[in-house]
Amino acid sequence: MIKNIIDVKNLSKSFDIATKEPGLKGTIKHFFRRQSKSIKVIKDISFEIKEGEILGFLGANGAGKTTILKILCGLIYPSEGSILVSGYLPYKRKENFLKNITLIMGQKQQLIWDLPPIESFYLNASIYDLDKFEAKKRIKKLSDMLEIEDELFIPVRKLSLGQRMKSELLAALIHEPNILFLDEPTLGLDINAQRNLRKFLKKYNQETNATICLTSHYMKDITSLCKRVICVHNGSISYDGKLDLLLKKLSPIKEILIVCRSEEDAIKLENSGFTIKNKTKNEITIKVENTFITSSLKTILNNFDIEDLYINEPPIDEIIGKILIQKDYDI
Amino acid sequence: MISNLIQRKIFTLLKVQYSNMLEYRVEIALWAISGVIPFFMLNIWTNNNLNESINISDVMLSRYFLCVFFVRQFSVVWVVFSFEEDSLMGKVSPYLIQPLNPFFRYLAQHLAEQITRFPFAIIIAFFFFIFNPGSIWIPNLGILLLSIISTFLSFLIQFLIQSIVACLCFWTEKASSIERLLFIPTLFLSGLLAPVASFPEYVKSWIYLTPFPYLIDFPANILSGNTTNISGGLSMQILWIILLFPVFRKIWFAGTKKYTAMGS
Repeated sequence: MIKNIIDVKNLSKSFDIATKEPGLKGTIKHFFRRQSKSIKVIKDISFEIKEGEILGFLGANGAGKTTILKILCGLIYPSEGSILVSGYLPYKRKENFLKNITLIMGQKQQLIWDLPPIESFYLNASIYDLDKFEAKKRIKKLSDMLEIEDELFIPVRKLSLGQRMKSELLAALIHEPNILFLDEPTLGLDINAQRNLRKFLKKYNQETNATICLTSHYMKDITSLCKRVICVHNGSISYDGKLDLLLKKLSPIKEILIVCRSEEDAIKLENSGFTIKNKTKNEITIKVENTFITSSLKTILNNFDIEDLYINEPPIDEIIGKILIQKDYDI
Repeated sequence: MISNLIQRKIFTLLKVQYSNMLEYRVEIALWAISGVIPFFMLNIWTNNNLNESINISDVMLSRYFLCVFFVRQFSVVWVVFSFEEDSLMGKVSPYLIQPLNPFFRYLAQHLAEQITRFPFAIIIAFFFFIFNPGSIWIPNLGILLLSIISTFLSFLIQFLIQSIVACLCFWTEKASSIERLLFIPTLFLSGLLAPVASFPEYVKSWIYLTPFPYLIDFPANILSGNTTNISGGLSMQILWIILLFPVFRKIWFAGTKKYTAMGS
């Protein structure tokens, strides 16, 4: 049985936020008497993550995804609840725990700007107690995987965003962490760089069995990497389960475009009881519930003279868009 | 464990930071040149014959201010500004989840900068001696060693004080404004503008209870050969480090609990 590597129970986090009334009066009042209010950004959430799993956190801006990642990696203290990550309380930031994890935040860099990335790699290697030989071996392996051998000796400031992001990844993975926390890792990257990064993460997961927790607004990141997602809405979990189940639930109907050989057949089909979305000459688009797709196709192919047909999935971005605004999913 | 930390982590940090500092050599040369306040002060003191009131000869006074310049070059600290900027920009977050306190990075940054500054400080001293040939002297090896130690201790005191203030970034976004409050006593009580010996006796007795005279005046007096209580001064420097270190640790742990990872 695969063991849980992350165990979160009834986790909550509140922040004190300073408040100020508008205008001069508010400014003066704010100067003499600061007022703040406590805002609960994470509300009593519980979940487990299994070793080797790739999990995506979905939610609108400010939903609490990044805060969850920051708590899981020990960057911020939880207000309530219990968390165990790889057997450690993350906020204690024990050395062995820190050697097991990494956090990558898109657009935030830890590489030394004016030096080639190789210097930062060796620095990180020494911070994680790797000897020079081992560091060299890992840099070689990871730079091969990330295809950045040529960029290792060029100052970071001269690298493109994609090359920088790959270098960031290498710096963050040199100690071969078991758990990767990735907050918008593909932010700002072009399509090819995004695809390469996803390819790398998949390969890294397969080769090392590392657990990956990911937040991203690029749906391709989520759909190509994560089997399971946790949807966060206003600090609460609105869905925790398989991504394809969620997608099925949110898009229960498929559209089938049928091209009939003759207009006569198209008219026959129009009157055969299917829900018609639109019709032009010998082309008809019908709506069919997911559960009746096979039987409907059988009926159509057996009873009508069909030239061609296409089954259209609704665009994934459209479905995910629903997730971001929806509070609960009863699945 | 500590030797491993120093040998591997700090040494590598130092190497990397030194490479980084060499990228900024022009900036560092300008910083070194900008530290010439002691020479202006020397000018004010000698032109107004102020040294007569404290029984220090012109030569000893010029050596004192040259040593002030040197001590300042190798003990200047700006960690509060670096930490504040890194906190606001969210750069502290990746450092916090590494198995090394981020302040070691800043420490290495400062030490690397001191190494980079060294040749520029020597050049400035060379020109100082050209214009003040009477002030030329070569301190003996023992004095040189003691002054290096006390300058390093002075640097550590300042680094700890500023690190404590820097940790206030966990509570307020502008910790550097608190540091400015400390700048005033540092300026007047450290010996940067005037030797502490020139202060009235009752003021001196109070000043010596603070860390300020051990920041510049004490190491500068050792190096310039002025009469000073070397063992007493070194003991006070060590005492201040012993007092400040637990304060730093306490505020660091309390601060990281409050950390909200803003900007990241």
